[in-house]
Amino acid sequence: MDITIIAETQGDNLHPVTSQLVGAATSLGASPTVLCAGGAGADAAAGIAGVGKVLSVVGDCFSTFDGGAWATALDAAAGAGVIIGAASAQGRDVVARIAARRGIPVVQDVVAISQGLTMTHPIYSGKAMQEVTVGGDCAVTLRSNTFPPAGDGGSAESATVQQSGDVKIAVQEAIAKASARLDVSDADIIISGGRGMGNPDNFEHLYALSEKLGAAVGASRAAVDTWDEIPHSMQVGQTGKTVNPSLYIAVGISGAIQHLAGMRTSKYIVAINKDPEAPIFKVADYGIVSTWEEALPILGDEIAKIL
Amino acid sequence: MVEIAVLLKQVPDTNAKIVVVNGRVDESAIASWVTSPYDEYAFEAALQHTEAAGGSVTAITLGPERADKVLKDAAALGVTKLVRIWQDEWQDLDSTQVQSALANAVKAAGAELVYCGKQSADRNQGSTGPGIAEILGAACVTEVSDSYSAGSYLRPTASGSEKVTVSSPAVVTFTKTQHELRRPNVRGIMMAKRAQIEVVGGDVNASQVNFNGHSSPAQKPAGKTYQGSDSVPEVVGLLRDEAKVL
Ligand SMILES: Cc1cc2nc3c(=O)[nH]c(=O)nc-3n(C[C@H](O)[C@H](O)[C@H](O)COP(=O)(O)OP(=O)(O)OC[C@H]3O[C@@H](n4cnc5c(N)ncnc54)[C@H](O)[C@@H]3O)c2cc1C
Ligand SMILES: Nc1ncnc2c1ncn2[C@@H]1O[C@H](COP(=O)(O)O)[C@@H](O)[C@H]1O
Repeated sequence: MDITIIAETQGDNLHPVTSQLVGAATSLGASPTVLCAGGAGADAAAGIAGVGKVLSVVGDCFSTFDGGAWATALDAAAGAGVIIGAASAQGRDVVARIAARRGIPVVQDVVAISQGLTMTHPIYSGKAMQEVTVGGDCAVTLRSNTFPPAGDGGSAESATVQQSGDVKIAVQEAIAKASARLDVSDADIIISGGRGMGNPDNFEHLYALSEKLGAAVGASRAAVDTWDEIPHSMQVGQTGKTVNPSLYIAVGISGAIQHLAGMRTSKYIVAINKDPEAPIFKVADYGIVSTWEEALPILGDEIAKIL
Repeated sequence: MVEIAVLLKQVPDTNAKIVVVNGRVDESAIASWVTSPYDEYAFEAALQHTEAAGGSVTAITLGPERADKVLKDAAALGVTKLVRIWQDEWQDLDSTQVQSALANAVKAAGAELVYCGKQSADRNQGSTGPGIAEILGAACVTEVSDSYSAGSYLRPTASGSEKVTVSSPAVVTFTKTQHELRRPNVRGIMMAKRAQIEVVGGDVNASQVNFNGHSSPAQKPAGKTYQGSDSVPEVVGLLRDEAKVL
Protein backbone atom coordinates (compact mmCIF):
# COMPACT_ATOMS: atom_id res chain seq x y z
CA MET A 1 0.00 0.00 0.00
CA ASP A 2 1.28 3.46 -0.88
CA ILE A 3 1.15 5.81 2.07
CA THR A 4 2.10 9.47 2.12
CA ILE A 5 2.50 11.11 5.51
CA ILE A 6 2.05 14.84 6.00
CA ALA A 7 4.67 15.57 8.68
CA GLU A 8 3.40 17.51 11.68
CA THR A 9 5.70 20.41 12.35
CA GLN A 10 6.30 22.77 15.25
CA GLY A 11 7.88 25.91 13.84
CA ASP A 12 10.95 24.69 11.97
CA ASN A 13 11.04 21.37 13.82
CA LEU A 14 9.34 18.04 13.54
CA HIS A 15 6.55 17.39 16.04
CA PRO A 16 7.04 14.06 17.88
CA VAL A 17 3.63 12.82 16.71
CA THR A 18 5.19 12.35 13.25
CA SER A 19 7.01 9.22 14.50
CA GLN A 20 3.65 7.87 15.63
CA LEU A 21 2.23 8.44 12.13
CA VAL A 22 5.20 6.53 10.70
CA GLY A 23 4.68 3.76 13.27
CA ALA A 24 1.06 3.35 12.18
CA ALA A 25 2.02 3.35 8.49
CA THR A 26 4.72 0.71 8.92
CA SER A 27 2.30 -1.45 10.94
CA LEU A 28 0.24 -1.57 7.73
CA GLY A 29 3.29 -2.86 5.86
CA ALA A 30 4.03 0.44 4.14
CA SER A 31 7.31 2.22 3.63
CA PRO A 32 5.83 5.71 3.69
CA THR A 33 6.94 8.87 1.97
CA VAL A 34 6.99 11.79 4.41
CA LEU A 35 6.19 15.27 3.09
CA CYS A 36 7.64 18.17 5.05
CA ALA A 37 5.82 21.46 4.43
CA GLY A 38 8.37 24.17 3.77
CA GLY A 39 11.13 21.62 4.43
CA ALA A 40 10.61 21.88 8.20
CA GLY A 41 11.89 18.85 10.10
CA ALA A 42 13.09 17.03 6.97
CA ASP A 43 16.39 15.84 8.49
CA ALA A 44 14.67 14.53 11.59
CA ALA A 45 12.04 12.79 9.44
CA ALA A 46 14.73 11.00 7.44
CA GLY A 47 16.05 9.57 10.69
CA ILE A 48 12.78 7.84 11.64
CA ALA A 49 12.99 4.08 11.13
CA GLY A 50 10.82 2.71 8.33
CA VAL A 51 10.49 5.93 6.32
CA GLY A 52 10.88 5.22 2.59
CA LYS A 53 11.57 8.73 1.43
CA VAL A 54 11.42 12.33 2.66
CA LEU A 55 10.22 15.08 0.39
CA SER A 56 10.73 18.71 1.38
CA VAL A 57 7.96 20.63 -0.30
CA VAL A 58 9.12 24.23 -0.50
CA GLY A 59 7.45 27.37 -1.78
CA ASP A 60 6.42 30.89 -0.77
CA CYS A 61 3.03 29.63 0.39
CA PHE A 62 4.55 28.00 3.47
CA SER A 63 5.54 31.23 5.23
CA THR A 64 2.14 31.49 6.98
CA PHE A 65 -0.58 28.91 7.47
CA ASP A 66 -3.24 28.78 4.78
CA GLY A 67 -4.80 25.32 4.60
CA GLY A 68 -5.95 25.83 1.02
CA ALA A 69 -2.54 26.90 -0.23
CA TRP A 70 -0.73 24.20 1.75
CA ALA A 71 -3.11 21.51 0.48
CA THR A 72 -2.59 22.63 -3.12
CA ALA A 73 1.19 22.44 -2.80
CA LEU A 74 1.31 19.21 -0.77
CA ASP A 75 -1.32 17.47 -2.93
CA ALA A 76 0.79 18.14 -6.02
CA ALA A 77 3.80 16.52 -4.34
CA ALA A 78 1.96 13.50 -2.87
CA GLY A 79 1.50 10.25 -4.74
CA ALA A 80 -1.75 8.30 -5.03
CA GLY A 81 -2.86 6.00 -2.22
CA VAL A 82 -3.50 6.77 1.41
CA ILE A 83 -2.67 10.15 2.94
CA ILE A 84 -1.98 10.21 6.68
CA GLY A 85 -1.68 13.29 8.87
CA ALA A 86 -2.01 14.19 12.54
CA ALA A 87 -5.43 15.07 13.99
CA SER A 88 -4.21 18.56 14.98
CA ALA A 89 -5.93 21.77 13.89
CA GLN A 90 -3.63 22.21 10.90
CA GLY A 91 -3.47 18.49 10.12
CA ARG A 92 -7.24 18.14 9.99
CA ASP A 93 -7.57 21.18 7.76
CA VAL A 94 -4.88 20.23 5.23
CA VAL A 95 -5.81 16.54 5.09
CA ALA A 96 -9.54 17.29 4.64
CA ARG A 97 -8.70 19.64 1.77
CA ILE A 98 -6.42 17.15 0.05
CA ALA A 99 -9.24 14.58 0.29
CA ALA A 100 -11.74 17.03 -1.20
CA ARG A 101 -9.31 17.88 -4.01
CA ARG A 102 -9.06 14.20 -4.85
CA GLY A 103 -12.72 13.35 -4.29
CA ILE A 104 -11.73 10.71 -1.74
CA PRO A 105 -13.19 10.31 1.75
CA VAL A 106 -11.48 11.62 4.87
CA VAL A 107 -11.67 9.98 8.30
CA GLN A 108 -10.37 12.13 11.15
CA ASP A 109 -9.06 11.38 14.60
CA VAL A 110 -8.57 7.65 14.02
CA VAL A 111 -7.52 5.62 17.08
CA ALA A 112 -7.19 2.16 15.46
CA ILE A 113 -6.29 1.22 11.90
CA SER A 114 -5.81 -2.13 10.19
CA GLN A 115 -5.42 -3.55 6.70
CA GLY A 116 -8.41 -3.11 4.51
CA LEU A 117 -8.42 -0.12 5.55
CA THR A 118 -10.58 -0.57 8.61
CA MET A 119 -10.55 2.35 11.03
CA THR A 120 -12.08 3.26 14.36
CA HIS A 121 -12.69 6.81 15.52
CA PRO A 122 -14.53 8.31 18.48
CA ILE A 123 -17.90 10.00 17.95
CA TYR A 124 -20.07 11.99 20.37
CA SER A 125 -16.87 13.18 22.08
CA GLY A 126 -15.80 9.65 22.92
CA LYS A 127 -19.17 8.43 24.19
CA ALA A 128 -19.18 5.91 21.33
CA MET A 129 -16.81 4.56 18.69
CA GLN A 130 -17.46 4.17 14.97
CA GLU A 131 -15.79 1.61 12.74
CA VAL A 132 -15.63 2.09 8.98
CA THR A 133 -13.87 0.43 6.06
CA VAL A 134 -12.64 2.30 3.01
CA GLY A 135 -11.81 0.14 0.01
CA GLY A 136 -9.97 2.66 -2.14
CA ASP A 137 -7.76 5.66 -1.61
CA CYS A 138 -8.56 7.82 1.39
CA ALA A 139 -7.17 10.46 3.71
CA VAL A 140 -6.82 9.88 7.42
CA THR A 141 -5.72 11.78 10.51
CA LEU A 142 -4.54 9.92 13.58
CA ARG A 143 -5.05 10.91 17.20
CA SER A 144 -1.78 11.68 18.95
CA ASN A 145 -0.38 9.48 21.75
CA THR A 146 -2.40 6.53 20.46
CA PHE A 147 -0.04 4.72 18.06
CA PRO A 148 3.38 3.46 19.15
CA PRO A 149 6.07 5.64 17.57
CA ALA A 150 8.58 4.25 15.09
CA GLY A 151 12.12 4.25 16.45
CA ASP A 152 15.07 6.25 15.12
CA GLY A 153 18.01 4.97 13.19
CA GLY A 154 16.46 5.42 9.75
CA SER A 155 18.37 6.91 6.85
CA ALA A 156 15.79 7.61 4.19
CA GLU A 157 16.77 9.47 1.03
CA SER A 158 15.64 13.09 0.86
CA ALA A 159 14.67 15.31 -2.01
CA THR A 160 13.27 18.80 -2.38
CA VAL A 161 10.46 19.87 -4.67
CA GLN A 162 9.22 23.36 -5.40
CA GLN A 163 5.45 23.86 -5.32
CA SER A 164 3.09 26.79 -5.07
CA GLY A 165 -0.36 27.57 -3.74
CA ASP A 166 -2.56 30.68 -3.69
CA VAL A 167 -2.35 32.30 -0.27
CA LYS A 168 -5.67 33.95 0.54
CA ILE A 169 -5.29 34.48 4.28
CA ALA A 170 -3.28 37.56 5.32
CA VAL A 171 -1.90 37.89 8.83
CA GLN A 172 -2.46 41.42 10.14
CA GLU A 173 -1.16 41.14 13.66
CA ALA A 174 0.41 38.44 15.79
CA ILE A 175 -0.64 38.46 19.42
CA ALA A 176 1.78 36.70 21.73
CA LYS A 177 0.42 34.59 24.54
CA ALA A 178 0.26 36.30 27.90
CA SER A 179 2.81 33.79 29.10
CA ALA A 180 5.20 31.42 27.41
CA ARG A 181 3.55 28.50 29.17
CA LEU A 182 3.14 25.18 27.46
CA ASP A 183 -0.18 24.66 25.66
CA VAL A 184 -2.41 21.79 26.82
CA SER A 185 -2.49 20.41 23.26
CA ASP A 186 1.27 19.86 23.34
CA ALA A 187 1.74 18.58 26.86
CA ASP A 188 2.34 15.05 28.07
CA ILE A 189 1.30 16.01 31.60
CA ILE A 190 -1.59 18.38 32.32
CA ILE A 191 -2.76 19.84 35.62
CA SER A 192 -6.18 21.41 35.35
CA GLY A 193 -8.02 23.56 37.82
CA GLY A 194 -11.75 24.03 38.18
CA ARG A 195 -14.14 26.26 40.06
CA GLY A 196 -13.02 24.48 43.22
CA MET A 197 -9.78 26.52 43.05
CA GLY A 198 -11.84 29.32 44.57
CA ASN A 199 -10.24 32.23 42.77
CA PRO A 200 -7.88 32.72 39.81
CA ASP A 201 -4.90 33.66 41.99
CA ASN A 202 -4.90 30.13 43.35
CA PHE A 203 -3.95 28.89 39.88
CA GLU A 204 -0.44 30.05 40.84
CA HIS A 205 -0.18 26.81 42.83
CA LEU A 206 -0.91 24.87 39.65
CA TYR A 207 1.59 26.90 37.60
CA ALA A 208 4.29 26.27 40.22
CA LEU A 209 3.61 22.54 40.12
CA SER A 210 3.51 22.53 36.33
CA GLU A 211 6.98 24.03 36.18
CA LYS A 212 8.36 21.22 38.30
CA LEU A 213 6.69 18.63 36.09
CA GLY A 214 7.16 20.22 32.68
CA ALA A 215 3.37 20.16 32.51
CA ALA A 216 0.75 22.45 30.99
CA VAL A 217 -2.06 23.99 33.04
CA GLY A 218 -5.64 23.51 31.86
CA ALA A 219 -9.01 24.55 33.22
CA SER A 220 -12.66 23.63 33.30
CA ARG A 221 -15.21 25.77 31.56
CA ALA A 222 -16.57 26.99 34.87
CA ALA A 223 -13.11 28.37 35.69
CA VAL A 224 -12.74 29.98 32.25
CA ASP A 225 -16.23 31.47 32.30
CA THR A 226 -15.99 32.75 35.86
CA TRP A 227 -12.52 34.31 35.81
CA ASP A 228 -11.17 36.62 33.10
CA GLU A 229 -7.60 35.69 34.11
CA ILE A 230 -8.15 32.13 32.87
CA PRO A 231 -8.24 32.27 29.06
CA HIS A 232 -10.37 30.00 26.90
CA SER A 233 -7.19 28.58 25.35
CA MET A 234 -6.76 26.67 28.64
CA GLN A 235 -10.21 25.09 28.53
CA VAL A 236 -10.39 21.32 28.27
CA GLY A 237 -13.62 19.66 27.16
CA GLN A 238 -16.45 19.60 24.70
CA THR A 239 -16.16 23.29 23.81
CA GLY A 240 -12.45 23.50 24.66
CA LYS A 241 -9.56 21.30 23.72
CA THR A 242 -9.46 17.53 23.47
CA VAL A 243 -6.31 16.28 25.14
CA ASN A 244 -4.69 12.88 25.40
CA PRO A 245 -1.71 13.16 27.78
CA SER A 246 0.02 10.42 29.75
CA LEU A 247 -1.07 12.04 32.99
CA TYR A 248 -4.02 14.35 33.68
CA ILE A 249 -4.40 15.82 37.15
CA ALA A 250 -7.83 17.37 37.80
CA VAL A 251 -7.94 19.70 40.79
CA GLY A 252 -11.27 21.06 42.06
CA ILE A 253 -13.08 19.81 38.97
CA SER A 254 -16.39 17.99 39.42
CA GLY A 255 -16.08 15.93 36.23
CA ALA A 256 -19.12 17.05 34.23
CA ILE A 257 -19.69 14.99 31.11
CA GLN A 258 -18.59 17.91 28.90
CA HIS A 259 -15.27 18.10 30.75
CA LEU A 260 -14.75 14.33 30.52
CA ALA A 261 -15.34 14.61 26.76
CA GLY A 262 -12.03 16.42 26.46
CA MET A 263 -9.81 14.32 28.72
CA ARG A 264 -11.25 10.89 29.37
CA THR A 265 -8.77 9.14 27.06
CA SER A 266 -5.78 10.38 29.08
CA LYS A 267 -3.61 7.42 29.97
CA TYR A 268 -3.72 8.11 33.72
CA ILE A 269 -6.09 10.41 35.54
CA VAL A 270 -5.57 11.75 39.06
CA ALA A 271 -8.39 13.66 40.72
CA ILE A 272 -8.15 15.88 43.78
CA ASN A 273 -11.59 16.85 45.02
CA LYS A 274 -13.05 17.35 48.47
CA ASP A 275 -16.37 15.77 47.52
CA PRO A 276 -16.14 11.94 47.54
CA GLU A 277 -19.26 11.81 45.32
CA ALA A 278 -17.75 13.98 42.55
CA PRO A 279 -18.18 12.21 39.18
CA ILE A 280 -14.51 12.82 38.33
CA PHE A 281 -13.68 9.92 40.67
CA LYS A 282 -15.49 7.54 38.29
CA VAL A 283 -12.85 8.10 35.62
CA ALA A 284 -9.85 8.66 37.89
CA ASP A 285 -7.21 5.96 38.19
CA TYR A 286 -6.08 7.56 41.43
CA GLY A 287 -8.61 9.65 43.30
CA ILE A 288 -7.66 11.72 46.32
CA VAL A 289 -10.53 12.92 48.47
CA SER A 290 -9.08 16.10 49.93
CA THR A 291 -9.13 19.84 49.54
CA TRP A 292 -6.47 21.12 47.19
CA GLU A 293 -5.26 23.41 49.98
CA GLU A 294 -4.15 20.31 51.88
CA ALA A 295 -3.14 18.06 49.00
CA LEU A 296 -1.17 20.36 46.67
CA PRO A 297 1.68 21.30 49.06
CA ILE A 298 2.33 17.62 49.78
CA LEU A 299 2.11 16.80 46.08
CA GLY A 300 4.69 19.51 45.36
CA ASP A 301 7.07 18.16 48.02
CA GLU A 302 6.72 14.56 46.90
CA ILE A 303 7.34 15.44 43.28
CA ALA A 304 10.38 17.50 44.22
CA LYS A 305 11.73 14.41 46.02
CA ILE A 306 11.55 12.09 43.03
CA LEU A 307 12.45 14.42 40.16
CA MET B 1 -23.55 43.99 1.76
CA VAL B 2 -22.58 40.48 2.63
CA GLU B 3 -24.35 37.17 2.06
CA ILE B 4 -23.46 34.57 4.68
CA ALA B 5 -24.52 30.91 4.75
CA VAL B 6 -24.36 29.36 8.18
CA LEU B 7 -24.26 25.59 8.61
CA LEU B 8 -26.23 24.40 11.62
CA LYS B 9 -26.18 20.75 12.59
CA GLN B 10 -28.63 19.18 14.98
CA VAL B 11 -26.95 16.93 17.56
CA PRO B 12 -27.94 15.23 20.82
CA ASP B 13 -27.76 17.49 23.86
CA THR B 14 -24.17 17.30 25.14
CA ASN B 15 -25.50 15.86 28.43
CA ALA B 16 -27.26 12.99 26.64
CA LYS B 17 -26.28 9.43 27.34
CA ILE B 18 -25.27 7.63 24.15
CA VAL B 19 -26.42 4.01 24.05
CA VAL B 20 -25.38 1.49 21.42
CA VAL B 21 -28.01 -1.13 20.50
CA ASN B 22 -27.26 -3.82 17.92
CA GLY B 23 -24.15 -2.06 16.68
CA ARG B 24 -25.76 1.32 16.25
CA VAL B 25 -26.23 4.39 18.42
CA ASP B 26 -29.86 4.34 19.53
CA GLU B 27 -31.20 7.74 18.50
CA SER B 28 -34.67 6.97 19.77
CA ALA B 29 -33.22 7.05 23.30
CA ILE B 30 -32.13 10.67 22.90
CA ALA B 31 -34.67 13.00 24.43
CA SER B 32 -33.22 16.37 23.64
CA TRP B 33 -31.69 17.64 20.40
CA VAL B 34 -29.83 20.92 20.10
CA THR B 35 -27.78 22.96 17.64
CA SER B 36 -24.15 21.78 17.75
CA PRO B 37 -22.42 24.14 20.25
CA TYR B 38 -19.75 25.66 17.96
CA ASP B 39 -22.35 26.25 15.24
CA GLU B 40 -24.12 28.61 17.62
CA TYR B 41 -21.03 30.84 17.76
CA ALA B 42 -20.78 30.73 13.97
CA PHE B 43 -24.43 31.79 13.78
CA GLU B 44 -23.97 34.66 16.24
CA ALA B 45 -21.04 35.98 14.17
CA ALA B 46 -23.13 35.73 11.00
CA LEU B 47 -25.91 37.79 12.61
CA GLN B 48 -23.46 40.44 13.80
CA HIS B 49 -21.64 40.72 10.48
CA THR B 50 -24.80 41.05 8.39
CA GLU B 51 -26.21 43.59 10.84
CA ALA B 52 -23.05 45.66 10.52
CA ALA B 53 -22.56 45.41 6.75
CA GLY B 54 -26.08 44.76 5.50
CA GLY B 55 -26.96 41.62 3.60
CA SER B 56 -28.53 38.45 4.84
CA VAL B 57 -28.01 35.07 6.44
CA THR B 58 -29.11 31.73 5.00
CA ALA B 59 -29.32 28.94 7.58
CA ILE B 60 -28.64 25.48 6.16
CA THR B 61 -28.94 22.09 7.80
CA LEU B 62 -28.63 18.56 6.50
CA GLY B 63 -30.77 16.07 8.38
CA PRO B 64 -34.19 14.57 9.01
CA GLU B 65 -37.39 16.45 9.76
CA ARG B 66 -36.56 16.95 13.43
CA ALA B 67 -33.59 19.09 12.30
CA ASP B 68 -36.14 21.75 11.26
CA LYS B 69 -35.85 22.84 14.89
CA VAL B 70 -32.37 24.31 14.43
CA LEU B 71 -33.72 26.33 11.50
CA LYS B 72 -36.78 27.47 13.48
CA ASP B 73 -34.44 28.59 16.26
CA ALA B 74 -32.53 30.63 13.67
CA ALA B 75 -35.83 32.03 12.36
CA ALA B 76 -36.67 33.18 15.87
CA LEU B 77 -33.62 35.43 15.65
CA GLY B 78 -34.75 36.92 12.37
CA VAL B 79 -33.35 34.62 9.67
CA THR B 80 -35.84 34.15 6.84
CA LYS B 81 -33.84 32.01 4.42
CA LEU B 82 -33.98 28.48 5.81
CA VAL B 83 -32.87 25.39 3.90
CA ARG B 84 -32.97 21.78 4.99
CA ILE B 85 -31.24 19.20 2.84
CA TRP B 86 -32.86 15.83 3.01
CA GLN B 87 -31.06 12.74 1.86
CA ASP B 88 -32.08 9.13 2.58
CA GLU B 89 -29.51 7.35 4.70
CA TRP B 90 -28.29 10.75 5.84
CA GLN B 91 -26.72 9.12 8.91
CA ASP B 92 -24.29 7.10 6.83
CA LEU B 93 -23.22 9.78 4.38
CA ASP B 94 -19.45 9.93 4.09
CA SER B 95 -17.41 13.12 4.29
CA THR B 96 -17.46 13.64 0.53
CA GLN B 97 -21.24 13.33 0.37
CA VAL B 98 -21.90 15.67 3.30
CA GLN B 99 -19.60 18.28 1.82
CA SER B 100 -21.04 18.14 -1.66
CA ALA B 101 -24.65 18.32 -0.42
CA LEU B 102 -23.88 21.33 1.79
CA ALA B 103 -21.73 23.01 -0.89
CA ASN B 104 -24.62 22.73 -3.37
CA ALA B 105 -26.93 24.49 -0.94
CA VAL B 106 -24.34 27.21 -0.31
CA LYS B 107 -24.03 27.80 -4.05
CA ALA B 108 -27.81 27.95 -4.46
CA ALA B 109 -27.96 30.52 -1.64
CA GLY B 110 -25.43 32.70 -3.46
CA ALA B 111 -23.40 33.14 -0.28
CA GLU B 112 -19.84 34.46 -0.45
CA LEU B 113 -19.05 33.53 3.15
CA VAL B 114 -19.80 30.26 4.90
CA TYR B 115 -19.72 30.12 8.70
CA CYS B 116 -19.75 26.75 10.43
CA GLY B 117 -18.49 24.96 13.51
CA LYS B 118 -14.90 23.82 14.02
CA GLN B 119 -16.32 20.35 14.52
CA SER B 120 -19.71 18.82 15.05
CA ALA B 121 -20.60 17.47 18.50
CA ASP B 122 -21.65 14.12 17.05
CA ARG B 123 -19.14 13.24 14.34
CA ASN B 124 -16.29 15.36 15.78
CA GLN B 125 -14.57 15.43 12.41
CA GLY B 126 -13.67 19.00 11.53
CA SER B 127 -13.70 18.02 7.85
CA THR B 128 -16.76 19.82 6.60
CA GLY B 129 -15.51 23.44 6.60
CA PRO B 130 -12.17 22.84 4.84
CA GLY B 131 -13.80 20.31 2.47
CA ILE B 132 -16.54 22.72 1.39
CA ALA B 133 -13.94 25.43 0.92
CA GLU B 134 -12.05 23.17 -1.47
CA ILE B 135 -15.21 22.41 -3.45
CA LEU B 136 -16.08 26.13 -3.67
CA GLY B 137 -12.51 27.18 -4.50
CA ALA B 138 -12.59 29.26 -1.34
CA ALA B 139 -10.15 30.04 1.44
CA CYS B 140 -10.81 28.54 4.84
CA VAL B 141 -9.88 30.03 8.21
CA THR B 142 -10.24 27.33 10.86
CA GLU B 143 -10.82 27.38 14.62
CA VAL B 144 -11.60 31.07 14.76
CA SER B 145 -12.02 32.27 18.35
CA ASP B 146 -13.13 35.83 17.67
CA SER B 147 -14.29 37.91 14.75
CA TYR B 148 -14.33 41.63 14.07
CA SER B 149 -16.27 41.95 10.82
CA ALA B 150 -16.97 39.87 7.74
CA GLY B 151 -13.48 38.96 6.52
CA SER B 152 -11.56 39.71 9.74
CA TYR B 153 -10.94 37.02 12.36
CA LEU B 154 -8.75 35.87 15.24
CA ARG B 155 -7.22 32.40 15.08
CA PRO B 156 -4.90 30.54 17.45
CA THR B 157 -1.24 29.91 16.66
CA ALA B 158 1.44 27.93 18.45
CA SER B 159 2.69 31.10 20.13
CA GLY B 160 -0.60 32.84 20.85
CA SER B 161 -3.04 34.07 18.28
CA GLU B 162 -3.18 36.23 15.19
CA LYS B 163 -5.62 38.54 13.49
CA VAL B 164 -6.13 37.56 9.88
CA THR B 165 -8.09 38.92 6.97
CA VAL B 166 -9.41 36.85 4.12
CA SER B 167 -11.11 37.80 0.90
CA SER B 168 -14.34 36.23 -0.29
CA PRO B 169 -15.26 33.56 -1.07
CA ALA B 170 -14.26 32.05 2.23
CA VAL B 171 -15.32 29.45 4.76
CA VAL B 172 -14.76 30.20 8.43
CA THR B 173 -14.95 27.52 11.12
CA PHE B 174 -15.69 28.78 14.63
CA THR B 175 -14.67 27.60 18.03
CA LYS B 176 -16.13 29.25 21.12
CA THR B 177 -16.01 33.04 20.97
CA GLN B 178 -16.46 35.65 23.69
CA HIS B 179 -19.76 36.80 22.21
CA GLU B 180 -22.84 36.19 24.26
CA LEU B 181 -25.36 34.10 22.35
CA ARG B 182 -28.62 35.98 21.90
CA ARG B 183 -31.95 34.43 22.85
CA PRO B 184 -35.18 35.01 20.93
CA ASN B 185 -37.92 37.29 22.23
CA VAL B 186 -41.66 36.58 22.04
CA ARG B 187 -42.04 38.27 18.68
CA GLY B 188 -39.20 36.15 17.31
CA ILE B 189 -40.79 32.97 18.55
CA MET B 190 -44.08 33.94 16.88
CA MET B 191 -42.24 34.67 13.62
CA ALA B 192 -40.49 31.31 13.77
CA LYS B 193 -43.85 29.53 13.88
CA ARG B 194 -44.71 30.92 10.46
CA ALA B 195 -41.24 30.50 8.98
CA GLN B 196 -41.02 28.65 5.68
CA ILE B 197 -38.35 25.99 5.32
CA GLU B 198 -37.20 25.05 1.87
CA VAL B 199 -36.47 21.32 1.66
CA VAL B 200 -34.07 20.25 -1.08
CA GLY B 201 -32.50 16.95 -2.13
CA GLY B 202 -28.82 16.30 -1.47
CA ASP B 203 -28.04 14.92 -4.93
CA VAL B 204 -24.88 13.09 -3.86
CA ASN B 205 -22.80 10.33 -5.45
CA ALA B 206 -22.49 6.84 -3.96
CA SER B 207 -20.61 6.47 -0.68
CA GLN B 208 -17.01 5.29 -0.72
CA VAL B 209 -17.06 4.35 2.95
CA ASN B 210 -18.54 1.19 4.46
CA PHE B 211 -20.12 1.64 7.86
CA ASN B 212 -19.27 -1.39 10.02
CA GLY B 213 -20.86 -0.41 13.29
CA HIS B 214 -20.83 1.56 16.50
CA SER B 215 -19.59 0.32 19.82
CA SER B 216 -19.31 1.65 23.33
CA PRO B 217 -15.86 2.88 24.31
CA ALA B 218 -13.69 0.42 26.19
CA GLN B 219 -14.32 0.84 29.91
CA LYS B 220 -11.31 1.63 31.99
CA PRO B 221 -10.85 -0.67 34.96
CA ALA B 222 -12.18 1.11 38.03
CA GLY B 223 -9.58 3.26 39.69
CA LYS B 224 -8.83 3.57 43.37
CA THR B 225 -9.89 6.35 45.67
CA TYR B 226 -7.78 7.41 48.62
CA GLN B 227 -9.03 9.36 51.63
CA GLY B 228 -7.31 12.53 52.73
CA SER B 229 -4.14 14.34 51.79
CA ASP B 230 -2.05 11.82 53.75
CA SER B 231 -2.47 9.52 50.76
CA VAL B 232 -0.64 11.88 48.40
CA PRO B 233 2.83 10.30 48.93
CA GLU B 234 1.40 6.85 48.18
CA VAL B 235 -0.28 8.10 44.98
CA VAL B 236 2.90 9.81 43.81
CA GLY B 237 4.76 6.52 44.42
CA LEU B 238 2.20 4.66 42.31
CA LEU B 239 2.47 7.23 39.53
CA ARG B 240 6.18 6.59 39.46
CA ASP B 241 6.33 2.81 39.96
CA GLU B 242 3.00 1.46 38.71
CA ALA B 243 1.89 3.95 36.07
CA LYS B 244 5.45 5.01 35.21
CA VAL B 245 4.34 8.49 34.19
CA LEU B 246 6.63 10.47 36.51
C1 LIG C 1 -22.71 22.83 25.63
C2 LIG C 1 -21.82 22.76 26.82
C3 LIG C 1 -20.45 22.68 26.63
C4 LIG C 1 -19.58 22.61 27.73
N1 LIG C 1 -18.24 22.51 27.51
C5 LIG C 1 -17.40 22.36 28.56
C6 LIG C 1 -15.99 22.21 28.37
O1 LIG C 1 -15.47 22.26 27.25
N2 LIG C 1 -15.21 22.04 29.45
C7 LIG C 1 -15.71 22.01 30.73
O2 LIG C 1 -14.93 21.83 31.67
N3 LIG C 1 -17.03 22.17 30.94
C8 LIG C 1 -17.88 22.36 29.89
N4 LIG C 1 -19.21 22.57 30.13
C9 LIG C 1 -19.63 22.85 31.52
C10 LIG C 1 -19.84 21.64 32.38
O3 LIG C 1 -21.16 21.18 32.25
C11 LIG C 1 -19.60 22.01 33.88
O4 LIG C 1 -20.44 23.08 34.22
C12 LIG C 1 -18.16 22.42 34.19
O5 LIG C 1 -17.26 21.47 33.67
C13 LIG C 1 -17.98 22.52 35.69
O6 LIG C 1 -16.68 22.99 36.01
P1 LIG C 1 -16.02 22.67 37.41
O7 LIG C 1 -15.92 21.20 37.57
O8 LIG C 1 -14.77 23.46 37.49
O9 LIG C 1 -17.02 23.34 38.45
P2 LIG C 1 -18.04 22.71 39.47
O10 LIG C 1 -18.96 21.76 38.81
O11 LIG C 1 -18.58 23.84 40.22
O12 LIG C 1 -17.12 21.81 40.40
C14 LIG C 1 -16.20 22.30 41.33
C15 LIG C 1 -15.63 21.12 42.06
O13 LIG C 1 -14.62 21.56 42.94
C16 LIG C 1 -14.72 20.84 44.18
N5 LIG C 1 -14.11 21.67 45.21
C17 LIG C 1 -14.58 22.81 45.75
N6 LIG C 1 -13.71 23.32 46.64
C18 LIG C 1 -12.63 22.48 46.65
C19 LIG C 1 -11.41 22.48 47.36
N7 LIG C 1 -11.09 23.45 48.21
N8 LIG C 1 -10.56 21.46 47.13
C20 LIG C 1 -10.86 20.47 46.26
N9 LIG C 1 -12.01 20.43 45.56
C21 LIG C 1 -12.89 21.43 45.75
C22 LIG C 1 -16.17 20.59 44.38
O14 LIG C 1 -16.38 19.44 45.18
C23 LIG C 1 -16.66 20.37 42.93
O15 LIG C 1 -16.64 19.00 42.59
C24 LIG C 1 -20.09 22.64 29.04
C25 LIG C 1 -21.47 22.73 29.24
C26 LIG C 1 -22.33 22.78 28.15
C27 LIG C 1 -23.81 22.86 28.40
N1 LIG D 1 -25.46 17.64 8.56
C1 LIG D 1 -25.01 18.89 8.74
N2 LIG D 1 -25.87 19.92 8.70
C2 LIG D 1 -25.45 21.19 8.88
N3 LIG D 1 -24.17 21.52 9.11
C3 LIG D 1 -23.26 20.53 9.16
C4 LIG D 1 -23.62 19.17 8.97
N4 LIG D 1 -22.50 18.42 9.09
C5 LIG D 1 -21.48 19.28 9.35
N5 LIG D 1 -21.94 20.55 9.39
C6 LIG D 1 -21.17 21.79 9.70
O1 LIG D 1 -19.79 21.48 9.65
C7 LIG D 1 -19.18 21.63 10.94
C8 LIG D 1 -18.11 20.59 11.14
O2 LIG D 1 -18.67 19.30 11.11
P1 LIG D 1 -17.79 17.98 11.11
O3 LIG D 1 -16.93 18.01 9.90
O4 LIG D 1 -18.79 16.86 11.09
O5 LIG D 1 -17.00 17.99 12.39
C9 LIG D 1 -20.35 21.55 11.91
O6 LIG D 1 -20.03 22.22 13.12
C10 LIG D 1 -21.45 22.25 11.11
O7 LIG D 1 -21.32 23.66 11.14
